Amino acid sequence: MPAFFRYLVPLLAFLALVALLFKGLGIDPKRVPSPLIDKPAPAFNLPKLKQPQQSLSNADLEGKVSLLNVWATWCVACRQEHPLLVQLSKSGVPIYGLNYKDQRPAAEQWLQRFGDPYVANAFDAEGRVGIDWGVYGTPETFIIDKQGIIRHKHIGPLTRDAIEREILPLVKKLREEKG
Amino acid sequence: MKSFRLYGVLIACMAISSALFSPLQAAGLEAFDFSGNVDETRFKSLIAELRCLVCQNQSLADSDADLAHDLRREVYELMDQGKSNQEIVDYLVARYGDFVLYNPPVKPETWILWYGPFGLLAVGFFILLYTVRQRKRQPEADFSEQEKERLKQLLGDDNNNGDKPA
Repeated sequence: MPAFFRYLVPLLAFLALVALLFKGLGIDPKRVPSPLIDKPAPAFNLPKLKQPQQSLSNADLEGKVSLLNVWATWCVACRQEHPLLVQLSKSGVPIYGLNYKDQRPAAEQWLQRFGDPYVANAFDAEGRVGIDWGVYGTPETFIIDKQGIIRHKHIGPLTRDAIEREILPLVKKLREEKG
Repeated sequence: MKSFRLYGVLIACMAISSALFSPLQAAGLEAFDFSGNVDETRFKSLIAELRCLVCQNQSLADSDADLAHDLRREVYELMDQGKSNQEIVDYLVARYGDFVLYNPPVKPETWILWYGPFGLLAVGFFILLYTVRQRKRQPEADFSEQEKERLKQLLGDDNNNGDKPA
């Protein structure tokens, strides 16, 4: 018994601490879990980027599985992500954009130059809708189901790997759910 | 003479760096108008308790990140509308989660955070108690006659020989 306490217990405690700290190293503190997952998408109604006299709102997203991508021309990571969005849109997933705290001419020029993967863009000049959606670091991508409920949030630029492993399987699964 | 010159250079460096950096830091935060409904002390203490999500080790009060500017403005406007601190905190938690608070609420997910240290302290205390009791329970050294004789001999030898090497 004393030998057990003297050697095994400290060893186990040490190993547990190592495991705990090692796990801590693997967690990315920049990925803050969103409290909006499995909740209805926050209501918004904003002018469209290309047609300012028209508006885009939650109602436009309902009835289908769609992505909402938050982006801006001042966001370097968005530039990196953009070609993947263009590809993804070709595979038939409707992508809506939330153009966040941007300049209208700059954003339009960007879409002309690099291609436009979006069904439509909401123009959030002041970033108010961004705050409602809990946006804190562009780009961010939400997956919204047929009922307009947020089911997933990807923080930071999408990668090929993330699209293949997270986005597409989830979109497929949500499409099979009853609308 | 040389050391004087060195001091001169050092003082100049300090003067330049303070001239360069302090106004920049001060210019980071916007000026709010506290002549209306919004109480300055309450506003400042509230934004000091809220965490900026971009630069995560800074509060909304310290951070110069763009999001911090927006959220400070948001807090100011909510206060201006007469919202209570709790309502404002709830508003931000609904969007950003508990992470936005420097003082997280006590709930099952945060029990380890709140009670963990006391738990560890208790475990340490019990180990200490156990060890002390074990020590007490150990019998006093009991020597046989033979051993006592030998012990006396050794101690006696030691006394006689002083500290001469054997």
